Amino acid sequence: MTAVAALNNVEVDYDRGRALGPVSLEIGAGETVALVGPSGCGKSTALRLLAGLEAPTRGTVTRAAGRGQTAVVFQAPTLAPWLSARANAALPLELAGMRRAEAYDRAGAALARVGLAGAEDKRPAQLSGGMAMRVSLARALVTEPKLLLLDEPFAALDEITRRALADDVLSLWAAAKPAIVFVTHNVEEAVYMAARVVVMSKGPGRIAGDFAVAGPMPRPPHFRTEAPFRATAEQVSAALAEGIAA
Amino acid sequence: MSRLAPFALLAVLLAAWEIAVRAMHVPAYFLPAPSAVAVALAENLPTLVAASWRTLSTALVALVLASLIAQALAIVTALSPLADRAIRPLASVVQVTPVVAIAPLVLIWAGIDHPERALVTLAVLVAFFPIFSGAAAGLRSADPDLERLFALYGAGRWQRVVRLRLPSAVPFLLEGHKVGAGLALIGAVVAEFGAGSGGVRGLAWQILDAGNKLQTARMIAALMVLGAMGVALHALLEAVERAGLKWWRGR
Repeated sequence: MTAVAALNNVEVDYDRGRALGPVSLEIGAGETVALVGPSGCGKSTALRLLAGLEAPTRGTVTRAAGRGQTAVVFQAPTLAPWLSARANAALPLELAGMRRAEAYDRAGAALARVGLAGAEDKRPAQLSGGMAMRVSLARALVTEPKLLLLDEPFAALDEITRRALADDVLSLWAAAKPAIVFVTHNVEEAVYMAARVVVMSKGPGRIAGDFAVAGPMPRPPHFRTEAPFRATAEQVSAALAEGIAA
Repeated sequence: MSRLAPFALLAVLLAAWEIAVRAMHVPAYFLPAPSAVAVALAENLPTLVAASWRTLSTALVALVLASLIAQALAIVTALSPLADRAIRPLASVVQVTPVVAIAPLVLIWAGIDHPERALVTLAVLVAFFPIFSGAAAGLRSADPDLERLFALYGAGRWQRVVRLRLPSAVPFLLEGHKVGAGLALIGAVVAEFGAGSGGVRGLAWQILDAGNKLQTARMIAALMVLGAMGVALHALLEAVERAGLKWWRGR
């Protein structure tokens, strides 16, 4: 398995002190990784390093740097309110210089894939929180990225919507197999969404544990009630508690 | 019912004014009765409407010019931090200098044959600042995560201004233009006062002229027309702002 992105002994210092590190983490092609940790442990910082939105104070970041090869979904949908769902999803392609007609065609297809066929002309203000998040997901997928970074993308949604979106992200992953790095502080969500769960200790964050989750991807129905899921969730919770106590 | 309240109050005040003036025999040059003002308004209506149009057109031309200059400068400040640091203090100087104080100088520069140019220039100076500061704030108001996405997708500086910052600034621009339009009208009137009797025969000139002739009823009539014009302009701009926001947000 080749790595699409890696953090090599990175440390990040902010004015208020050390925020992250030292941390080494390698993301393989097509891998699904969840980063879990307490708030303020630097997991979002790690994600921004992988995205190339921030540079480490020490250490190096290697990543597939091509335009559109990395996509990010933030905690909020982060849509342009003046653009339709279609124009929002087409934005990465248009910025890369693609003709509008073609960009809109692909954006329409991406919106259909996330279950938003028929809502192409709606504005963000006319969409529910879950639908807006789907538009954000369509915008991330429209460039067919090799690395998809999700920064607590469902944190603001209700439980039913977040479960539905989790399954949708996994079936989208099955279709194109991008590497996914998923930041969350929800242990069950991490174990459900990822084949590998990386636990970080409280800030400045270090890696406190690295767990493989057994089971098929996308997850079968009732996966949350099965023994391997429960066992891994317990292990991750224990590592998390240890990381907070440390 | 509550919509009628201001009109009811107005009627009561006018009635009290009419009765007081008649009962106390106040001379007409000092304070004419409302009925006398109404007569003056009716008699001078064509002249007053023509004068209002002169003042209003000065304000509108000034608004268009101020809008173009302010937005262009705001974009320059958004593109270059150096230009930002250079332009902002000078823009503030324009804001804090009273227009009546600059008027005589601008009138000299415009030349005695073109007072209308001076009036437009002065109104531009007044209308410029709210539009500029609105645009400058609006161009910085884009969602920081959207800025990050634009960086991630390799957008250039110009792309960021045109596709992210300018559209993000629309609510600020609408507000800035609403305030700027009101100030352009005030600026045009103040500038007419500054230009004095040699100036363009707008509404302020009507007030000055009537004052010189002690035609107090005509003065008040002109003031009422000015007030009505201000209210109408404000209402129009509120409607434009509402419609603009609805278009921008799609709801």
